[in-house]
Amino acid sequence: MSAEQDPSQAYAEFVKGIWKENPVFVQVLGMCPMLAVTNTAMNAVAMGGATFFVLVGSSFLVSLLRRYIPAQVRISTYIIIIASFVTIADYVLQAALPAIHKELGAFISLIVVNCLILGRQEAFASKNTVKVAVADAVGMAIGFLFAMLCLGSLREILGNGSLFGFDLFGPRFEPWVVMILPPGGFIMLGVLLLFFNYVKVRRQKRAAEIARVAALEQEAA
Amino acid sequence: MEQPNLLYIFVSALLINNFTLYYFLGLCPFFGVSGRIATAFRLGLATIFVMVITAIAAWALDRWVLVHAPYLQLISFIVVIASTVQFVEMVIKKASPVLFKALGIFLPLITTNCAILYLALTASKKGYDLVTGLVFAVGAGAGFTLALVLMAGLREEAELSDIPSIVKGTAMNLIIAGLLSLAFMGFAGLFSSSA
Repeated sequence: MSAEQDPSQAYAEFVKGIWKENPVFVQVLGMCPMLAVTNTAMNAVAMGGATFFVLVGSSFLVSLLRRYIPAQVRISTYIIIIASFVTIADYVLQAALPAIHKELGAFISLIVVNCLILGRQEAFASKNTVKVAVADAVGMAIGFLFAMLCLGSLREILGNGSLFGFDLFGPRFEPWVVMILPPGGFIMLGVLLLFFNYVKVRRQKRAAEIARVAALEQEAA
Repeated sequence: MEQPNLLYIFVSALLINNFTLYYFLGLCPFFGVSGRIATAFRLGLATIFVMVITAIAAWALDRWVLVHAPYLQLISFIVVIASTVQFVEMVIKKASPVLFKALGIFLPLITTNCAILYLALTASKKGYDLVTGLVFAVGAGAGFTLALVLMAGLREEAELSDIPSIVKGTAMNLIIAGLLSLAFMGFAGLFSSSA
């Protein structure tokens, strides 16, 4: 598998994570942090950034060491690599952005058990060269960040009438408070997934229609 | 350090600050294994067991090891959890191969159930002693099981009803979970804030 080494493959791995195999909207992975810290857009970005660092770092290290990690203890090895990167991210955030670190609380530490990260190590980084693995990790992390930002902005706009802390609608806006509370997170993500399903089903229908028309035309000719 | 009221800790972890519906912890098994009530219940029991062992181990680590090396907290906790899960997996495989098959991939995935790591981190952050930690663990585990079983019941019910095809699957489960979480918010008034 690792023999293939043309630049377009790295690019393809990079792009697929952002939309076609978006970790949140399509694969529905890493939902715990996804819902817990997306009550404001700023938290979502901080969390996405920390996840980005951990995912890219661990993918790099795992793919670098892939020949030396024995198969029997690979999961424990991945977890320890991930935990080390999370500890770094935790301490850096604590020093650089103490206010946000406090708000995110334990969820920074919980990046260790984000199934998205472990999933990428097991399914991808352990079988591919460093370059491709990092491209894949960057794509997935950007897809995750994008999803977090979508959900965080929508919840902040609806639940608080602001975006990144800036007031959008003025004092007459009646905030839809439930959106920044836990139930709002579940329902909002449900609605977003519905939208994605709708787009997918429509696209499939259109493709089927085009194929049918093409077949008819061929028959007529 | 003064320890808070045990009953308060238990009810709070069970209902008010339910790990799954309030803190969004353990969502992967919550959506993954909530297809059947019986399976959901047994996974809940396995999770409670892992939580209790983890609480004891976290307390011991906190007391004797981590005072010397606080930066090892995350790594040592996760190693303890992973070994406990491995142990539970071996026991279940031996005792009930049927259950082992039904739980499938979600059994090893208890390791990455964030509820368990969160439990260990919170207990150590709040300085709970052994008894308080155990009560907290049982309450949180029971809360997780309760949410899982309720969700499984709702999903079994929903399977029989006529639902548009684009809503089926995760989208509908998320919305059901949202309503369940809304219902659990009603417990917030159970204690006054001074309790």
